[in-house]
Formats: sequence, structure tokens, C-alpha cells
Amino acid sequence: MKSFWKNLTTALAAVGLFSAASAAELLNVSYDPTRELYKQVNEVFAAKWKAETGEDLTINQSHGGSGKQARSVIDGLEADVLTLALAYDIDEVGQKTGYFPADWQARLPDNSAPYTSTIVFVVRKGNPFGIKDWGDLTKSGIQVITPNPKTSGGARWNFLAAWAWALKQPGGSEDTAKAYIAELYKHVPVLDTGARGSTTTFAQRGIGDVFLSWENEAHLIQAEFGAGEFEIIVPSVSILAEPPVTLVDSIVDRHGTRAVAEAYLKFLYTPEAQEIVAKNFYRPRDQAVAAKYAAQFPAIPLVTIADFGGWSSAQQKFFADGGVFDQIYQPGQQ
Amino acid sequence: MSAVIRRRPFQTGIGTILFRIVLVLLALAFIGVVIALPLASVFVEAFRKGTDAFLDAVTEHDAWAAIKLTLIVAAIAVPLNLVFGLAAAWSIAKFEFRGKSLLITLIDLPFSVSPVVSGLIYVLLYGAHGWFGAELQAAGIKVVFSVTGIVLATIFVTFPFIARELIPLMQEQGTTEEEAALTLGASGWRTFWNVTLPNVKWGLLYGVLLCNARAMGEFGAVSVVSGHIRGLTNTMPLHVEILYNEYDFVGAFAVASLLAGLALVTLIAKSLLEWRYGGELAASRRH
Repeated sequence: MKSFWKNLTTALAAVGLFSAASAAELLNVSYDPTRELYKQVNEVFAAKWKAETGEDLTINQSHGGSGKQARSVIDGLEADVLTLALAYDIDEVGQKTGYFPADWQARLPDNSAPYTSTIVFVVRKGNPFGIKDWGDLTKSGIQVITPNPKTSGGARWNFLAAWAWALKQPGGSEDTAKAYIAELYKHVPVLDTGARGSTTTFAQRGIGDVFLSWENEAHLIQAEFGAGEFEIIVPSVSILAEPPVTLVDSIVDRHGTRAVAEAYLKFLYTPEAQEIVAKNFYRPRDQAVAAKYAAQFPAIPLVTIADFGGWSSAQQKFFADGGVFDQIYQPGQQ
Repeated sequence: MSAVIRRRPFQTGIGTILFRIVLVLLALAFIGVVIALPLASVFVEAFRKGTDAFLDAVTEHDAWAAIKLTLIVAAIAVPLNLVFGLAAAWSIAKFEFRGKSLLITLIDLPFSVSPVVSGLIYVLLYGAHGWFGAELQAAGIKVVFSVTGIVLATIFVTFPFIARELIPLMQEQGTTEEEAALTLGASGWRTFWNVTLPNVKWGLLYGVLLCNARAMGEFGAVSVVSGHIRGLTNTMPLHVEILYNEYDFVGAFAVASLLAGLALVTLIAKSLLEWRYGGELAASRRH
């Protein structure tokens, strides 16, 4: 009987009901397309941490649509660090839980975004519909794949980039932008909850003609499915997406992981991590690394979230209940 | 059905025979396309890159953790539902009491509730901002986004399987044997153990099989309360989705094939039970 209990305890410990004492553990709650990035970053950082402190470090990952992940943390998923797709989702966690101060974004360099990305188009081999810019997306018969802006961070960047383009057109105004966006979403046959779901819809299931994608995800598609299968189209204007990171103070203090979590986030800014960032097709912040990989990141005129008055006003205007997205989006209309 | 009605329409004409053949072929084609082909494709995909790739995928750290977690969850949920199901079926079938139909309705509830809702109710109750969130946090107990939450959600979803299997069977058998045992001086406990239980053992086993299959295969409810932490709170169905989304198709289908294998074993065991103890089990079908 004794050995039975011993076995049971061991089995439970194995799945993490009881965490081992000598080793540190971190939970990084992140958004959809960063799976490959953090897999590599975690490996390097854990080895570094072991060499510096002698402590075994396990970094656990949870991935999903950025808004959905924020919701989970609010509901009690104990993230030591948050690495989400946009500042608003982290703001939301801070406001609803009080886990960290409101000025979290000033605590690390570059608005707490150690890497940036932008939104590009992915089309099928040979670009059969001649898609070149945002205006081509609303041609008749074109199907556009983008996730749901209510749950996905990438989808909100997509939306804002399209809006910015429409405003910049001759005679562009709020009204023409709204009309363009309404037309654009009539061309969207399916809204997945996260960017990765949309990637699968477009690349694996073969639905749609154009995929509005994170730049890094677009390169990943090419790498996974063969460069010949898909082409990346760079539009005339896009948006500077800054996916930020933060320490979750209350949780790290509860777990006793503040030191390692801080070191982990700082590590993201080191040249070593920035190399990994660039290799995964995120745009690095480090000048030297950025120069080294300049060839893979075309220069695009980029608007920023500041042009929309910051995330809280953009969220309020476009994505909150009753906002522009709710006004223009009626599922199933073609 | 009486022979008089059956004889006429089916006996004559080559057209009728052709019609029958076409119907049979249609049915077979339908089964092939909807059931057999997808099932076969799971195994084909799983072994696409050979046995070594399959074994690597199944023994990989996160996959192995998912398999262990799934087994542990089933090992907790199924016995609890077994005890509950037996007790509920016994009291419902053998005794009369107030509120009996309410109890039956409650037992059926998880069947009619969407699995997503089954998961969300636990988040609403035990989440950080749920009804009991603050108290649980103060006590340092984690329910949602941990193994506890997954076990709770699984128990909820698989709650009716055993009870629902046993209730009609026990009702069919009536109470005469138990009454005889009691008249002869057996205690209530002994009557249950020596008379009631042996009478329903095959139905019980059948219920356990179904309950276990669902406990291991549940996706929706578990997905809501899991938090999707790799290697910690992913069960096999959740891990399959993650691997698929990471373009690791061999891995996804390798883990999926284990689940499909489980389904096949369940199916074979179920057929064996039906073949061997068909009469007893049929009693529970008639309701």
C-alpha cells in the first residue's frame, strides 16, 4: 500500500501538481505566432541561467489569440510574464487585476516591445489575382483571410493597417475608410480566433486568396510549406506592430520568481536574443542585428498606433462592443 | 413485424433487387467516406514518416506529459462516476421517493449542456474573479487552469454515462430478487453486493467503457479550463490541436492515432459485451 501511495505521489508530481523545490519555473503567456520564437529563446535562456546561477529553469509556454490569453490571465492563469500581441491586452489585464502598475510599458526600453513586426499579404503561387495593395482586396470574387479582431491581436493590427491605407487615399476620410473596411470584411469568409488558426485555414485548408498576416508568420508559412507555394506581397503602407512584454508583479512575488522573470525579459533585448528574433522574422530593435538582417525586412512606410491616439482610444473606437467593427461586420454577407 | 406485411413489396421483380443492391452500396459508400476513410487517414498520417518518427512523436516530453495527464484524469473521473452512477441508479431504480424525476433530470443535464458551457461554469465559479475566486486564492488553491479544473470538468461531462446505462437495466430487473434476499435475512449491504451488483455487472462495465472513452476524448470543456500550458495542463486532445497548429502533422496524428486506437479498443470491447451478454444489455436499450 505504501508503495502505491509513493507511486501515486510520483505520478502526480510528474504532471506538476507538486512542483519540485530546487528548480525554478516560469510561465510565459504569449500570443499565437510566437511559439517557435519562444521555444528557441527559452532553450538558450535556460542554459544561460543554469550557467550563471546553477538553478534548473523550466519555462512553460501557453499560446493562443492575444485577447483570449489576456482573458485567461484575468480569470486566474498564473503568468509570470506576459508577451502579448499588443499593449491594450496587457493594459486590460493590469486594470482588471491590479497585478502590475499602469505605467508598465515604461519599465523596459522601446515601449517594452523587444521586437516589432508589421502586416503583409500572403498570396498563392504566381499571385493569380494580381494583388498589389490594399485596394485590390475588395475586387469582386477575392476572398480575404484574417482572424477575429475581438479575440486576436494580429487581426486588430490588420484592421488598423487597412484603415490607415484608406485614409491616405485621395479624398480619404473617416467615412471612406469605414466604407472600405466594411467592403473588406464582406470578402472574409471565416474569422478564426487567433492568427495561427487563420494560417492553417489559408495554408493548410486552402481557403481564401489573400491572407493578411504578421510578417513573421508569412515567412514561417513559406518555410513550412515550401517557398514556391506562397508569395509575400508588401503593401504600399502598413503598421508598426509592437508586441510588448511585461512582468506580472503580483504573480512573480507569489511564486518567488521575480529575479529570474526580470532577467528573462531583459535577455530579450540582448544581441544574442535579438539574433533569434531576427531569425524568426521578427524585426529586431538592436541596430547592429537589424543592419545584419536588413535584406529580409523590406522598408515599408509604417503608421504607428500613436497615429490612432494610442491603444485605449483605438480599442474604444474600433473594437469595443458597438464600435466600428461591430457596425460594419455582418457575418455571411458577400 | 408480421410476415404478411413483409412478403409483398420485396419478393418480386429484378428492379427491386437492383434497388436493394444500390441501397446497400450507398450505405457502404457512406460508411466508407464518413467513418472508415478518416479513421484510416489518421493512422496513415501518423506513420507517414515511419515507425521511428511515430515513436519519437509519442515519447516526446510534452506528448508524454499529455498522455500521462489524460490517464490520470480518467483514473480519477471514472471511479468517482462509477460510485456515483451505481448509487444513483440503485436509488432511482429500486426505491420510490420525492424528487426522483428531478434527480433524473439533473443526471441528464451534462448530456444537454454544451461542453463549452460546462467548462465556463467552472471559470465563473472558481476563476480569479469568480464567486469563490478570492477565497480560493487566499487559501492558495488553484482550480481553473490546473489539473484540478480539468478533473472537475471531465467529471461533469462524463457524469451521466454510467447512471444512464444502469437505470433502465435495474428498472427492468425489478425488485423481486432483492425482496427475496431481504426476506431470507440478508442485510441491505449484502443484498446490494450479492444480488444487485452481479445482476448489472455487464451493463456496468459497458457504462464504464463509454465513460472512459469520453473522459479521455473530451475537448471542449477541458479546453476552457486548461490554460493550455505545454507539458502541464494539456490533455491528449488539446495536444493534438497544438501540434496540428504548429505544422507538426506527424506528431498531431501520432497522438490522435493513440486516441483513435483507444476508440477502437472501446468499440471491440463493446461489441464483445453485446455479443456475449446481448440480452441483458438489450434491456437497457428498450427505453
